[in-house]
Amino acid sequence: MIYDVIVVGGGPAGLAAACSAYDNGARHILILERDRELGGILNQCIHNGFGLHYFKEELTGPEYAGRFVDLLRKTTTEVRLDTMVLSVTPEREVHAVSAAEGYQVYRAKSVILAMGCRERTRGAIAIPGDRPAGVFTAGTAQRYLNMEGYMVGRRVLILGSGDIGLIMARRMTLEGAKVLACVEVMPYSGGLMRNIVQCLQDYEIPLYLSHTITNVEGRGRVESATVCRVDENRRPIPGTEMQFDCDTILLSVGLIPENELTRAAGIEIDPRTNGAVVYENMETSLPGVFACGNVAHVHDLVDFVTAESMRAGKAAAAFAFGLQPENAAVTELKNGNGVTYTVPQHIRPERIEKAADVFFRVNRICGASEIVVADGERQLCAFPRDHLAPGEMEHIMIPRKLLGEVPPAQLTVSIREKQA
Amino acid sequence: MKELVCIVCPKGCRLHVDEENGFAVTGNSCPRGAEYGKNELQNPTRVLTSTVKISGALHSRCPVKTDRPVAKGKMFDVMRELAAVELQAPVAVGDIVLSDIAGTGANLIAAKTMNLQ
Amino acid sequence: MYDTIIVGCGIIGAAAAFALSLQEGSVLVLEKENDIATGATRANSAIIHAGYDPEPGTKMARLNVRGAALAKELCSALSVPYAQIGSLVLAFSEEEMSTVRELYERGVQNGVPGLQVLSAEETRAMEPNVSEQVQGALYAPSAAIVNPWEYALALAETAVRNGAEIRRSCPVVSIRKTADGWAVGTAQGTFEARTVINAAGVESEEIHDMVLPHSFHILPSRGEYYLMDKSEGGRAGHVLFQCPSALGKGVLVSPTVHGNLIVGPNAVAAVDKTRVNTTGAGLEFVRSTAVKSVPSLNFRSSIRNFAGMRANSDRDDFILEEHDGFIDLAGIKSPGLSSAPAIAEEALAMVQKSGVFRSKKQNAVVTRQKRHFNLQDETGKRAMIAENPLYGRVICRCETVTEGEILDAIHSPVPPCSVDGVKRRCNAGMGRCQGGFCGPRVLEILSRELNIAPESVKKDLDGSEILLGENKNV
Repeated sequence: MIYDVIVVGGGPAGLAAACSAYDNGARHILILERDRELGGILNQCIHNGFGLHYFKEELTGPEYAGRFVDLLRKTTTEVRLDTMVLSVTPEREVHAVSAAEGYQVYRAKSVILAMGCRERTRGAIAIPGDRPAGVFTAGTAQRYLNMEGYMVGRRVLILGSGDIGLIMARRMTLEGAKVLACVEVMPYSGGLMRNIVQCLQDYEIPLYLSHTITNVEGRGRVESATVCRVDENRRPIPGTEMQFDCDTILLSVGLIPENELTRAAGIEIDPRTNGAVVYENMETSLPGVFACGNVAHVHDLVDFVTAESMRAGKAAAAFAFGLQPENAAVTELKNGNGVTYTVPQHIRPERIEKAADVFFRVNRICGASEIVVADGERQLCAFPRDHLAPGEMEHIMIPRKLLGEVPPAQLTVSIREKQA
Repeated sequence: MKELVCIVCPKGCRLHVDEENGFAVTGNSCPRGAEYGKNELQNPTRVLTSTVKISGALHSRCPVKTDRPVAKGKMFDVMRELAAVELQAPVAVGDIVLSDIAGTGANLIAAKTMNLQ
Repeated sequence: MYDTIIVGCGIIGAAAAFALSLQEGSVLVLEKENDIATGATRANSAIIHAGYDPEPGTKMARLNVRGAALAKELCSALSVPYAQIGSLVLAFSEEEMSTVRELYERGVQNGVPGLQVLSAEETRAMEPNVSEQVQGALYAPSAAIVNPWEYALALAETAVRNGAEIRRSCPVVSIRKTADGWAVGTAQGTFEARTVINAAGVESEEIHDMVLPHSFHILPSRGEYYLMDKSEGGRAGHVLFQCPSALGKGVLVSPTVHGNLIVGPNAVAAVDKTRVNTTGAGLEFVRSTAVKSVPSLNFRSSIRNFAGMRANSDRDDFILEEHDGFIDLAGIKSPGLSSAPAIAEEALAMVQKSGVFRSKKQNAVVTRQKRHFNLQDETGKRAMIAENPLYGRVICRCETVTEGEILDAIHSPVPPCSVDGVKRRCNAGMGRCQGGFCGPRVLEILSRELNIAPESVKKDLDGSEILLGENKNV
């Protein structure tokens, strides 16, 4: 048996990709999920705000996942839970293990990588001090609290203003903990503005921008933390120390796409995204292998994950049926002024239906600006924005018709800030 | 004139609300933003999401939410009331867990289908 | 009445327990903490030194070379990750080249095999990532890397299989002479033995002073480290030292047996020997010193920082002394890990003076099997799952550690009682997510298998509970 499409991961990206592969004709679809249920990280994201783009209503994470699980049940997709993929080969063999079925090698015409991401840890940012219990990544604390029902702390300090940290500030407060402060090393928040308002401001939790934790103290359990202001090079300024008596530190200091399988398969990785280099249809450098969702680049809105994964699912189905033209000309997307990366990194204009979806992030807070797409000096199109922030992923659509008969070898995406 | 950030959707529009002119809202990019701006200064409300105990399911907590926004000042009253709830699997998404919770007029509903294990 | 009581179960106590357990006699090991190997043994450079560094004629010189040779055999027999990758001492100036030549001479005198002085070109041919400033190096092919806590664990487990007893969470509070030996007072009662071995690491001074006149002083020295992601593991192929100074062997860059890269340590006289904290200044020193050896080091790939405490003393050599059946194995500074099995031989000879452990045990266990699922090929993995389906349930996704392996550890002769204890035995949580995903699963397994409440499961030592109780408790 050769599956049309095998999807590695049953979180929001994998679910949408599988549904879309089915909608585009694939019938033999298999999702391999390492957890004991589908839905991925959405199961612990019990807050609302999901689905405004896709379902046009405000859902919680479990509800959003549930909608897709219901859609999936209407398809012929097979699901293996509690199953860990060990490797994906260039021949599109997927090696996986589970307690129920042992060591299995599944074969597929196309493979979609949808493994998601993991959190940056204390070690990644080298916070000095003791190493007591009570230092958690925000997502781990979220799982303990929301799914398993345990309090991880009573007096909490949050480092990093990523969305999960902000959401946890509110959750812990509602559950009776005292959240002392949220500390952010950058001069701006890494999370969505609405979360600053409804998670911190609603509960009068102070946000210290341009501050960081310089020391953790505690024998068995965290007892206190030292917070310092930092200079423009993010170095602590002596004399600005504040002491917080806390039993818990939550870290919300960034997410990293989980690409161990991708790397081991020899797929090209973009050091800017830490995800695979992809084409307009989310195909990686390995033909027939696609990547979507947070494994390709870290998103802040699940709706965008869904949209991107639907493109991947559609393309994977087309690949399985041999419907993709070969040897299409490739246009490279480059990040210009103010842009840290683009996804996709390459587009094949003749494979684009109407427009190429391009996601990117900016490297600083910008006021009223234009997002400019240019072929060298020649501007192809521009998109106005009132406000741009690194914490909020941007999305533009480059119309195919602008790419012309002979597509350019390179296009640059850059920010042109209007003079205030 | 009051400035605030709209929290209706992740876009985060910067609203201007004119308290002296019938709470007229500018800076919004959708009607829901205008409504939010009006309410936020007069009667701020939020949808509350939380969990309740559940037995017989894969996990020991079931996510829940209020089926409509409740007054911001009532959050901790709602939390206190839902803390006493203990569900038994199976539970279907949308099931009413508590009606008119803490006198808010909102129902607390299950946000996840949790089967009996 | 035991034939010997060993105080402390770090690498030295464990090696001594193992050596004694091969002989006829009874052994009790008393460990203060809730797990073995939680002092210097778990936080060090994880190097088996070749032995060119110690002053010729010292115990350190003799025992390092002997210990390194024994380590190779023991690690192979006891299934301890070990790789003889060789070491380089890098010289950055003509002056340091003369130090390298001195070390070469010392090594030859100490009997270190295979030493070579390399030119700059030869060094770079061997290690393409070293600095352009490197003038040459001392190459010691017998140097190796090891998993130090697995080494101690393997020795302790095998000792237990041979009848030794280990009591954990059992700090020693008093030792007094009795008519036929010693009475050791502990948190779990008083135990008597004909002989006592003091292998208490940084606390060996206090243990010594319970029995004998004060004769040495432990000068604990804290060393801070970076552990880097496996993506950095290829940055060095050998243990890369800089020239040693009065402060110690300096900052090294080395692959680990797990495929990561270790960078460190600094050396700071410790004010409080029970606090193994890192500091901003210390980590900064490690970073700036290490890039002198390997300029391309990428500290953004750090996955963990830690600090260890060396049991340095005011003597220039290991303190291996016997008085009336009380034996000090103290001041075991570097190269203590390298010397451990040779120190254990010395300990055996010293206890034998009291008339115990004179004859070899028949059928003593001298081997140990430990399988890691992720190190097996496909056939091996299939075989493991066929044996127990739980080898097919991956708990730690970064290091591919299965529930079967965790259960094996929990039901082993020296079982873990904390999440970090599982980590030290199975590698679960050692990877780049540092237990973010598998921590809750490991906690759940420990709670279930040890039949304790989840909020009683500890991260590491006593007092390190992870959860503060259930929410919604009204």
